[in-house]
Amino acid sequence: MIKRALPRRQRGPLRRPKGAVFGAGLFVLIVLAVYIGPLLWSIDPAYLDLLARNARSSLAHPLGTDELGRDILARVLAGGRISITVGLAAMAVSVGLGALIGLLAGFYNRLDGLLMRLTDLFLALPLLPLLLVLVALFRDALTQRVGPELGLFTLIVGAIGVTSWMQTARIVRGDVLALKEREFILAARSGGARDRHLIARHILPNVLSPILVSASLGIANAIITESALSFLGLGFPPDFATWGRLLADATLYLQDYPGRALWPGLAISLTVLSVTYMADGLRDTLDPRTRARM
Amino acid sequence: MQHSVHWGFELLVIFRALTLAAIAAGVAASDQKRGRDGQVNVFFWQAPSLLNPYLSAGLKDIEPASVVLEPLARFDDSGALVAWLAEQIPTRSNGGISHDLRSVTWVLQDSLVWSDGSPVTSQDIRFTWQYCTAEGGGCAQFDRFDGITDIETPDELTAIIRFDAPKAYPYKAFVGSGSPLLQSAQFADCLGPRAPSCTTENFAPIGTGPFRVEEFRPNDVAFFSANSNYRETGKPAFSYLLLKGGGTAETAARAVLETGEFDYAWNLQLSPEVLTRMAARDIGIVIAGFSTLVEQIYLNLSDPDPSAGEMRGTLEKPHPALSDPKVRRALSMAIDRQLLVEIGYGTTGRITCNVVPAPAAFRSSSNEGCEVQDIEGAKALLDAAGWVDSDGDGIRDRDGDDLTFVFQTSVNAVRQNFQNAIKQWWSEIGVETELRAIDASVFFGGDAGSPDTVQKFFADVQMFASMFDGNDPEAYMAGWRCDRIPTPENQWQGSNYARFCDPAYDELTDLMRIAADPNERSELGRAMNDKLVQNYVTLPLIDRGRVSAHSTSLNGVRLNTWDSELWNIADWSRIAAE
Amino acid sequence: MLSFTLRRLSVAVPILVLTSLLIFLLLDAAPGDPMSQVPLTVPPEVRAQMREALGLGEPVYLRFALWMKQVFWIEPKILMDHMFGTSLATNELRVLSWQTRAPVMDMVAERLPQTLWVVGSAYVIGIAIALPIGILSAYRQYSVFDTSSTFVTMVAYSVPTFVTGPLLIVIFAVQLGWAPSIYNTTHRVTDWQSFMVQVQQMMLPVAVLAAQTAAQISRYMRASMLDTLPLDYIRTARAKGMPEHVVVLRHALRNSMIPVVTVIALGAPAMFGGAIITEQIFAINGIGAQLIGALQAGDLPTVQTLTFLFAVLIVLANLLADILYGLLDPRIRYD
Repeated sequence: MIKRALPRRQRGPLRRPKGAVFGAGLFVLIVLAVYIGPLLWSIDPAYLDLLARNARSSLAHPLGTDELGRDILARVLAGGRISITVGLAAMAVSVGLGALIGLLAGFYNRLDGLLMRLTDLFLALPLLPLLLVLVALFRDALTQRVGPELGLFTLIVGAIGVTSWMQTARIVRGDVLALKEREFILAARSGGARDRHLIARHILPNVLSPILVSASLGIANAIITESALSFLGLGFPPDFATWGRLLADATLYLQDYPGRALWPGLAISLTVLSVTYMADGLRDTLDPRTRARM
Repeated sequence: MQHSVHWGFELLVIFRALTLAAIAAGVAASDQKRGRDGQVNVFFWQAPSLLNPYLSAGLKDIEPASVVLEPLARFDDSGALVAWLAEQIPTRSNGGISHDLRSVTWVLQDSLVWSDGSPVTSQDIRFTWQYCTAEGGGCAQFDRFDGITDIETPDELTAIIRFDAPKAYPYKAFVGSGSPLLQSAQFADCLGPRAPSCTTENFAPIGTGPFRVEEFRPNDVAFFSANSNYRETGKPAFSYLLLKGGGTAETAARAVLETGEFDYAWNLQLSPEVLTRMAARDIGIVIAGFSTLVEQIYLNLSDPDPSAGEMRGTLEKPHPALSDPKVRRALSMAIDRQLLVEIGYGTTGRITCNVVPAPAAFRSSSNEGCEVQDIEGAKALLDAAGWVDSDGDGIRDRDGDDLTFVFQTSVNAVRQNFQNAIKQWWSEIGVETELRAIDASVFFGGDAGSPDTVQKFFADVQMFASMFDGNDPEAYMAGWRCDRIPTPENQWQGSNYARFCDPAYDELTDLMRIAADPNERSELGRAMNDKLVQNYVTLPLIDRGRVSAHSTSLNGVRLNTWDSELWNIADWSRIAAE
Repeated sequence: MLSFTLRRLSVAVPILVLTSLLIFLLLDAAPGDPMSQVPLTVPPEVRAQMREALGLGEPVYLRFALWMKQVFWIEPKILMDHMFGTSLATNELRVLSWQTRAPVMDMVAERLPQTLWVVGSAYVIGIAIALPIGILSAYRQYSVFDTSSTFVTMVAYSVPTFVTGPLLIVIFAVQLGWAPSIYNTTHRVTDWQSFMVQVQQMMLPVAVLAAQTAAQISRYMRASMLDTLPLDYIRTARAKGMPEHVVVLRHALRNSMIPVVTVIALGAPAMFGGAIITEQIFAINGIGAQLIGALQAGDLPTVQTLTFLFAVLIVLANLLADILYGLLDPRIRYD
């Protein structure tokens, strides 16, 4: 097994990130828009205005309508609600699982072997077929039990979460292993600190930075994985607007109606960007090595 | 909407003009050298998996194989039967079909040779029958040889097919690109269970067609060269044929219409706007043709409710609402088929009110009423049937039960659009619809263990496209007989998905089986079509055409929707650049 | 080192067997049917016969045992025959695809070149772009370069390949005509000119994939570099008066490469299966396209064998990552 002994780390002075505030603000704005927006813009995203198909932007339809006469603004907002929720939930599952397994494996030697073999096993499972099989296997069972929308949501979040925690786990474990050898942990332990206290007070804050990077990429990853699933016909059904679905449908019309790809594409990019800036900022703010100075 | 209709007319005119030019050019070219025009590039975005039509019934495999393997007779682009490797089509008047309808005599053209130079004999005909009917081979075209007891070969060129019962329409075996001749010498060791493991043979069959296989990569590329032993001098004009697969319909359309990398693109199911825009670059032409593929809605006459227990999905428990013809008719009247054509297919689809839209002789003209949407009429019908909205929630009810239907189809963008539109129209007449989209591999899979197959039909309404092979609907129409209803007893196998059962209809199918006169056949066909349509057990929506595209420099293309699109590739040539 | 490698390999074998059993059972239980692509015009009796001919009537454990024998015993023999011209495995039943009735491994061998050409070079180019961006971003944290590169990489990362692919095609293949929109798998590189044709047809798909790779890896590089730069030994090196580029590129980079190398090694196998959409858009027909096609057609032997091969690749990549760890960081002990 690998053991690392890294030198003691200390951090030089850093400027407080402006990006973090900007990122957080933008993310809150997007979340508000997709959750409150549909209350203000009350056109039903599923309503077919068959006489106003392929309309350009107008007062009635600020972003125009699609090939079935559905309002694009309403669909982008409704799609955002699903995409953002899928992103957050799948990230929570994946990072939660990854961090937990990484922490346990790194901290408790006796669990390490078992958990890392489990991680290897999951890493060795090819993800795309696994995702597909998961979706195909459980789609019917779940939709019958909790309804088509919640069922598919749970399934997709679960499937993405369960197939993407391994990287986080490995990185966290590596950092925890290195931390355990450091003087301040050894000091805290010889001072009689309990495991739970050690993890919560000393270990967790020190491994937050990889977790946050994983989380920020995790939200983006989940949104993008969902869109790829939709594109391959394995995600939400085609009439179910998500950003990924809207984008996939719009690629055919890139030359005629670039707006159809632009708006959901922009929405995904902005979300990913805002989360990334936010995570970068959070990392510097939460990092105890910098907090000591603030 | 005016625009797209006009576009269609233009298209047809262009198409017509081109075929005429092609015929003229074909005559002039026949005295020129074989292989003079270099390479032709064809794009089949659904790539062929093998080149043996007997092991796969998919068009994507049958059509590429048709440039190598040829049948005794095939259908031309108007749907008419034409002799291909045979001297002539056997009929009763020329003595090819015996009077008791129990035997058919085919005579091969003189001095035909396989691409390896050996002669084609009647033994090859007999062998092909043996190959497909051998035990354990899993032949996909098995039903074409149904009822054949023996094939006699009195001489090198003559084959007499013997049937176990009178066969009024014997043009199934060895007719069309689905049942071509195999070379007995090549496939002799591939009978029965050994058929699948004959990879070399299945990838590179020896044929009589204009091309021979040089290299075959399954699901990717097939590369052919001109058959030096081809029977017509000066053909094919191309010395090589590259048949590339992969990607999507969009990839294919772009490669022909926008970048000009390919000469021909097959089966372009794309929205009409996209095709129009791509064709505007004037380097390629979109061509469309129709056959018998009809997108239709099947209405379940049995009760799919799980509470029916053992009787679920059987006629022992009729459907509470849909067993009333008034309700079925109302559902049909509420649909605006013209709008469906526009949002789904454009010029590649047209309204049909018939289950059998073609050939012309079989097309009934007594059902045109479905073409116009009639919401008010539908409401009146439902009122008359006793379904009224008594609790004011916008949904009609009767005896405390809401008029709510589960509407299922396969996952497919156009079908989901249709579902949404139809749901909206039905809600206008007070019918609530719950939509379900099932993965195509499950929906069409026919697995008796799955609840979501077209056969089990555990929903009230389902939509998909059906068609028949060749130009005669006998077998297709027999699919609606009472004994073809899927039931638990027959492991849910059968093609009568709607569970329509009418003894008078069954009698018509019996008559058709022994009717040898073409006029009588078409009359029977129309009568059966009318019975189905006027009983509203299936609601025909759209006659779906085939759409393909070819480059403006390619000459001689005649889109054939009854046989392989590559059926006349021997006549294709390159128009010299000016 | 050698004993460590051997030990890891010995652990890998049971993992692989377990994985393949898991995949087999999952696939077997999944709905979907190889007959679904057979047109409805084919009557049910014929379908039943076709199903029978595929061997679907056999019980699960027999099919799994047969598959294990074919993959672990017959296929290696075939490989031996190919390499040394022996004839150990003539007439043995190989893993046959249900779709094509041809040996799955032959098809994989046929498709490997285009996957390696396109996906492989995209990965290498992506990494080559990512590392300098990540290093410079970290070195000049919050600078204009850092902010704008974050912006660009995040956009590149968040726009799916099914958008960038068609977009590049519309611009470079349709409007400008600089590159073909379709990848010709039969093209053979024999001289300089044909090499340039190959480069031309690889241009667009490689650009699409490289952008995605670069976006992800540059983020990891930046994060890791940020962790290393403030460490004591870097300060010591600077205090000793070493030139800045030596400090950053030799001292800091070496340590911060350790986690990045893991990510790169572990990401490599995923690239082979993960390029499915790009392969579809450009009709590259590599291994990814083979997998998705087999999934859609319910071709279980192909799916099973391909997923198993991916599992092997992933286990090997893990091993490689561990070995690279040791090479980069001499302090790592293998006990």
